[in-house]
Amino acid sequence: MSEFPTRANVVVIGAGIVGNCLVGHLARLGWQDLVLVEKGPLPNPGGSTGHASNFIFPVDHNKEMALLGEQSANQYRDMNLSVDSGGIEVARTSERMDELERRMTSAKAWGIEAHLLTPAQVKELVPYINTEVILGGFYCPTVSVVDSLETGTVMRKEGIEKAGCKVFANTEVLDLITDDTPRPNSRRKIKAVVTDKGTIETQYVIVACGVWSNRIAAMADTYIPLVPAVHQMADVGPIDILAETNNEIGYPIVRDMDTFCYERQSAGSMEVGSYGHRPILHHPDEIPSNEEAALSPTEMPFTPDDFDQQMEEAIELMDMLGDAEIKYAINGLLSLTPDTMPCLGEIPDVEGLWSAAAVWVKEGPGMAQVVAEWMTYGYPRVIDAHGADIARFYDEEKSDEHIWARADEHFNKTYGIVHPAEQWESRRHLVESPYRSRQEALEAEFFQARVWERPQWYNSNADLCERYNLSPRGVEWDNRWWSPTTIGEHLNLRSNCGVVDLSAFQIYELEGPGAVEFADRLAVNKIDVAVGRSIYTPWLNADGGFHSDLTMMRMAEDRVRIVTGVFDGGRDEFWTRKHMPNDGSVTFTNLTTEITTLGLWGPNAPQVLAQVCGHDLSQAGSPYGSIIPIEINCAAGGDNRTVQAHLFRISYVGDTGWEIYTDWSNGPALWDALFAAGQELGIRPTGGGVYGTSGRLEKGYRLMGAELESEYNPLEAGLARPRVKAADFIGKEPYLKARETSPEVQCVTLTVEDQTDSAGRTRHMMGGNEPILDLNGERIVDSHGRVSRVTSAGYGPSVGKHLLMGYLPTEMATAGTELQVMYMNELFPVTVVGPGSAFDPDDTRLKS
Amino acid sequence: MKILCCVKRVPAPGAKINVTADGSDVDAAHLGFTTSPHEECGVEGAVQLCEAHGGEVTVLTVGPPQAAEQLRYAASVGADHGVLVSTDEVGWDPQRTAAVIREAIEVLEEENGEPFDLILFGNESADSGGFQVGIRVAHGLGRPIVNGIKGIEVSGDGSGAGTVTARRAIDGGFEVYELPRPCALGVKEGLNLPRYPTMKGRLRSKKLEIRSLDLDTTPGGQRRIRLHRPAEQVSETVILGEGPEAAAAVVDVLEELGVL
Amino acid sequence: MLLVALEHDRGVLAEAAREALTFGRALAEKMDEDLEAALIGSDDEELVDEAGRYGAEVVHTCVHDVLSDYGPDAYGATLAQMVTELEPSAVLACGSDRGNEVMAQAAARLDAPFVANCIDVTPDSWTMTRVQWGGSLLEDSSLDADVALLTCGLHAVASEPGGSVDADVETFEADLDDSHRVTIVKDRTVQEAGVTLPTAPVVCGGGRGVGSEEGFAQLEELAELLGGRVGCSRAVTNLGWRPHSDQVGQTGTRIAPEIYIASGISGAIQHWVGAMASKHILAINTDREANMVVKADWAVIADLHEVIPAITAEVRRRRG
Repeated sequence: MSEFPTRANVVVIGAGIVGNCLVGHLARLGWQDLVLVEKGPLPNPGGSTGHASNFIFPVDHNKEMALLGEQSANQYRDMNLSVDSGGIEVARTSERMDELERRMTSAKAWGIEAHLLTPAQVKELVPYINTEVILGGFYCPTVSVVDSLETGTVMRKEGIEKAGCKVFANTEVLDLITDDTPRPNSRRKIKAVVTDKGTIETQYVIVACGVWSNRIAAMADTYIPLVPAVHQMADVGPIDILAETNNEIGYPIVRDMDTFCYERQSAGSMEVGSYGHRPILHHPDEIPSNEEAALSPTEMPFTPDDFDQQMEEAIELMDMLGDAEIKYAINGLLSLTPDTMPCLGEIPDVEGLWSAAAVWVKEGPGMAQVVAEWMTYGYPRVIDAHGADIARFYDEEKSDEHIWARADEHFNKTYGIVHPAEQWESRRHLVESPYRSRQEALEAEFFQARVWERPQWYNSNADLCERYNLSPRGVEWDNRWWSPTTIGEHLNLRSNCGVVDLSAFQIYELEGPGAVEFADRLAVNKIDVAVGRSIYTPWLNADGGFHSDLTMMRMAEDRVRIVTGVFDGGRDEFWTRKHMPNDGSVTFTNLTTEITTLGLWGPNAPQVLAQVCGHDLSQAGSPYGSIIPIEINCAAGGDNRTVQAHLFRISYVGDTGWEIYTDWSNGPALWDALFAAGQELGIRPTGGGVYGTSGRLEKGYRLMGAELESEYNPLEAGLARPRVKAADFIGKEPYLKARETSPEVQCVTLTVEDQTDSAGRTRHMMGGNEPILDLNGERIVDSHGRVSRVTSAGYGPSVGKHLLMGYLPTEMATAGTELQVMYMNELFPVTVVGPGSAFDPDDTRLKS
Repeated sequence: MKILCCVKRVPAPGAKINVTADGSDVDAAHLGFTTSPHEECGVEGAVQLCEAHGGEVTVLTVGPPQAAEQLRYAASVGADHGVLVSTDEVGWDPQRTAAVIREAIEVLEEENGEPFDLILFGNESADSGGFQVGIRVAHGLGRPIVNGIKGIEVSGDGSGAGTVTARRAIDGGFEVYELPRPCALGVKEGLNLPRYPTMKGRLRSKKLEIRSLDLDTTPGGQRRIRLHRPAEQVSETVILGEGPEAAAAVVDVLEELGVL
Repeated sequence: MLLVALEHDRGVLAEAAREALTFGRALAEKMDEDLEAALIGSDDEELVDEAGRYGAEVVHTCVHDVLSDYGPDAYGATLAQMVTELEPSAVLACGSDRGNEVMAQAAARLDAPFVANCIDVTPDSWTMTRVQWGGSLLEDSSLDADVALLTCGLHAVASEPGGSVDADVETFEADLDDSHRVTIVKDRTVQEAGVTLPTAPVVCGGGRGVGSEEGFAQLEELAELLGGRVGCSRAVTNLGWRPHSDQVGQTGTRIAPEIYIASGISGAIQHWVGAMASKHILAINTDREANMVVKADWAVIADLHEVIPAITAEVRRRRG
C-alpha cells in the first residue's frame, strides 16, 4: 500500500461502479494525481453495486436515460464484461400492451432492435412461461447482463495505470472541510477530505457513494437529494432447465411489468426481483457498517411478508419457481431521488464538490463519463444531461420530507406506466402563489413545475367548450392530463384576451459597476443596450451548445434583470453564480418570490390595460421588447391602491400584450383589477396549456429542455442573429465557427396530416421523443448521431392541425417536405412547415 | 412418529454485534432474525425423520410475538404445527424458560393423549448460549437426553416403544448412544444441511395456524445485568509473505492449529 | 469449599480439567476457601496426583458399575449427589461439551441455577462475566443460589500447575441404578474415511483466481494431504470448473473448518456467508485489498499457483 497522501488533485469517494468508472474516465481525459477512497473492502465494498441484478434494458422513453444506458451497455461490451441475454417485457393487461407499443416507438427512436411478440412467440424464447396469463411481449435482443464488479476493477486499474490513481480501501471519510470565506457568489470551496487514515487537501471531491451520498454531502453542510430504498430480491433454485444451459444466463430476462417483477436467470437459479412491494425507505445512518451487516451493508434483512404477493405472481407466470428453494433473499438497497433522475454535477453551494450519485449499474459507466467530461470541459459532451444536473433542485426539494414523500410515491412506478404529463400527488403547493385562492375558486387544474404550481387550465372555463364546440379526445391515454377547455382558452385568447399566471418565473438581478459587462459575458446577444430594453438571448456552454435561453432586461445603467423558466431556474442561477466575478463589481440577488408576473394577451389586451393604466399603450408608446415603469390603478378590482409595475411588451403566445411585473404583495390587487377591467372584453384566466403548448407551438417558439439542449447550437435552433456582438461571451469561438457553414440540422415545425390510426381512432402525439421517419420508415440521423424526433407536440387550434417540433437535416427542413412520425408503434403522415411559425408567420398580431 | 422441535428466535448479526445503550439486549434495530442454527438443523432432522417414517413435526418457541416468524419458517420447510408461548420481556433466564417449555409440552401431550416420541433441542442457543434448557426440560419430563448430537436414527417407524440411536462427534470419531423412546436430544449444526424453503412452502406456511399458550413462572436464580462488547481486538490480517517463500510460515500456522 | 468437576475420558484426564483447576484455584483464593475436586468414573492415582499438582486439596473419587463409561445422566446424578452431600459453596467445571452437559444435568437435578462459560467471577457478590455469541459479546450476570454452579469458558485460561499439594482421596458412594444407564455411551466409531465439506477440518477453497478446472489439482493435492476437502466460490461453479456440491457460500455449503485456506477468492459476500463460520482463515491472493484478505487471520500476497505447491512441499518435508 502506498503512503497515505496529504495532497491530491481529485479525491473520488466510493469505489462502486460509479467511482471506479470515474477514475478510469478521468484518466482517459488526462487527469492526474487522483485518489480513490472507499470505506469497504475491494472489489466489493458492500454498496449497491455488489448485489445489483446487473442487467440493462436499453429502451427508455427518457432520452438521457436511454442514451446513457446504451452508452453504458457499449462500454461494458467493449470491456468484454457483458452478455447479450435478450429480454422480454410481458404484458398481462391491455393497458400494458399499449405501453409496449409505446416502447416499440421509443426503441425506434433510439435505434434499438425490438419486436412485439405473441404469447406463443414469447414461449419459444422462454419455454417455462405460462402463456395463459400474458397477452404479449416486447422483446429486445440487446438486453445485456454485465459484470459490474469486474468492470469496476478494470476501470480502476485504468485509473491506476494511466493517472497513477492511488486507491485506499477500508478507509472511511470522516469529514469534508470547506473554505467558508464569504464571497459575492455565496459559494463555499472544498478544501480537504478527512479520513480515518489521514487528511487530503484537494480542489476536487467527487461523491460517488451511492446510498450513503447524502451522508457525505452533509459533512460539507450541503445536500444530495436521494434516499436509500429497498428493492427485494430472491434467488431460487436449483432449477434443472436453467442449470442445463451451463451458462450464467441462457434465457432472456423476463420483466413481468404488471406485477412489477423480473425473473432473471443466474446460472442454475432464478433471481426474482420486485418493485411491487410497499416502499421501504431508510435513512443513510440506519445502514449498518460492513462489520455490523449479516451480509453486506446494502443487503438488508429480507422481510418476507412484503414479498409474498410477488412470489405468488411469479409462480403464476413460471410454475417451476414454486418448487425451487429460496436460497438467498435480501432487501437490497438502491438510491431514489425526488424526480427519479440521477444527481450529477458540481454541487452549487460548494465549489469543487461534485456529485455522481443516484446512478444504477445500468447507466454507471455512461454517467461516470458525463461527470468526467463535465469536470474537464465545463459541460458533458456525450449527451445533454440537464435532467440529471444536481443544480436543478430547489431548496424545497432538498429535504428528507420531500425526498421521502416522492420516493414513496414513485417507487411502485419503477415498472409502472407513467404518462408523460403525469402529476405528483404528494408535496404540492410548496411555494404559495399570490393567486392560489383565486385560482382555486376558478377550479384551476394545477400542474407542478418542480416546486411551483401553475394552472394548466381552469375548469370554470368549461363553458368555452360549448362556445367553440369542443369535446374530449377519444383515446383515454391522449385525453389523460388534458382537457378541451385548454383549446377553449386558446381560442378565447385569440379572439378576446386571457390572463396567464407567470409567478413561477425565476427572476434574478445583477447589480454593480461590472453587471452589464458580466451579463454580456453570459449572453450571445448584446446586453449593453439602452435602459428599458430587453434582450431574448441564448446562453451557451464553452462548446457553443445551449446552456439556456432566457430574457435579460437592462433595468438601469448598472442593473440587469434575468428572467428564466422554472424548470431551469436552479441551473441558471448556478451558472450565473459560478461565472460571476468575485471582485465585488457585481452582486447577485434572487427576486423570484419578491416579484410576481401576470401575462395579459389577446386582441383586447390593450383595451383592458388602458382601463387601469394611463400610459400610452400603442406600439409607439410601448414598443415590442420595451420595459416601462407604470402605475396601475386597482380600484376597479375593489382595491383602492395604485401599484407600481413594469410593463414588458412581449408575447410567448402569438397575440399582442404584456408581461406585467409587480411586487409579490401587489399580485392579488393587480389580478382583480385586470379581471374587473376585462369583464366586458371577454377576459378569461388562461392556463399553461395555452402558454406552454398551443400558443407557443403555433408560433414555433423554442423551449429549453425540449428543442434547446447542449447538443444543438443557435444556428441549428434558428436563434442566431444576423450579426455577432463584439464583446466576448462564453461559447463565442465555437459559435463563430458554427456560423461559417450552414447548419446540418434545423429546428422546424411540422403538421400532422392525418391523425387516424389503424383502428380508426384520432391520435394525438405527446412530444415524447416520437421518431420522425422518412417515407420509407427509416430513422433520420445526422453525422453527430443526433436523431430526428418530436421535441414538442400539441394541437394548434388556430391552424386546425396537430403541431410538432423537431430537428431535421437542412435539406428536409423546407416547407412541404413529407415525412412520417411514429406514435404508439403506428406511422402518421406529417408535413414540414419550416423553421418559422405555423400561425401568423409575419407576427402581424404582435405588432397590432 | 411425533416429534417436537424447540426453537429460538435470535438476531442474525454480522461480525460486529451492537448492544442497546442500556446494555439490556442486542441492538437488533437493523438486524434480521433467524432460527438459532442448531435448532434449524433440528427442524430439518425432524422433517427428514417424518418424511422417512411418517409422522408430524410440531415446532415450539418461547419468545416475543414476532417469533411466529420462526414457526412459519419451520412450516415452510415442512413442519406441521406451531406453538408459541409469548413473552413480553427479553432475556428470560434458563430455568424460567425450561419450566415454561416443560409446562407447554405437558399441555400438548395431554391433549395428544401421548408423549412426543422425540423432542429435539438445539445444543445451545446462538445468542445467550446457556447450554442447559433442553436438559432441564428433559429432566423435568423424566426423559433421557444427550447433547451434541450430529446423527439420529430410530428403530421401527419411530413411534411408541423403541429406541433412538444418536451420534455425537468427539475427537476423531463419534460416540453412539441408544436411548429408549420417548426421549430428547440436543442437536448440533452438522446434523444435516437444512433445506431452504421453496416459494410454495413459504406461501403454504402463511396458512399455518399458530397455537398460542399463555404460560409463565417465576424467574430463576441467574439474572442479566448487562451486555457489553469485549475490548476491541485489532484484527489486522497478518501477512505471512509475498511469494512461495511464505510456505514455511503457512505450515507453522497449520502446525499450531493442529491440522497437520 | 470450591468443588471442581474433572473431565476425563476413560481415565485420561482432559486438558479441560486442567483449565478448570487453574481457573478454580484462583476463584477459591478469591473465595478464601479450599479447592477440592470431583473425579467421577475413575479413581486413578495418576489423575488424583495431577489434580494435586493443580492445587486440589482433596479429590472425591466415585467409581460405580454405571460409571464405567461416560453418560450424562449418571455423571450428572453423581455430581448432584456430591453437591448435596459435600455442600460446596460453588462447583466449577470447564465449559467443554461434556463439562457443560454434566453441569446442566446436575443443575436440573438440584433445581439450581447454572451459569455457563464464565471468564471472570466475583464471589463476594456472585456476579460473573460470561461469553455469548461465541465470544462476540460478554454478559455480566448475577447469581442468586445456595450453591454456585459454574463452568469457565473453554480456553478462558491456559492451564498452569500451582499450589501443589498431595491430594487426599475421599471415595464417594453414589446412589445410581439402571435408570442412569440409558444415556451411557454404547459404542464408539472412529473417523470414517473421507470427510465431507461441512465437517472437514481443513478446506482448501479456490475462486476465479485459480484460472481453470485443471488449476484445482494443486488444491486437491494439498487438501488430501491435510485430510481436508476442496471448496470453491460461486464464480467457479458458474464457470463449470467444479460441481455445485463443492460450492461454499450462501447458496452452497456453509463450512466451519479449523482453517479455511482461501486461494484466489475475492470474498464476495455470497461466498463469505458460507465461509464465515471457519475458525481461522488464511487467504492467498494477489490483491491485498481483497475482501478475503482483509477478513483473514493470515494472508499470503502472491500467486496461488506458486504458493500452494510450496506449502504442499513444506508439509511433506516436515512429515518426512
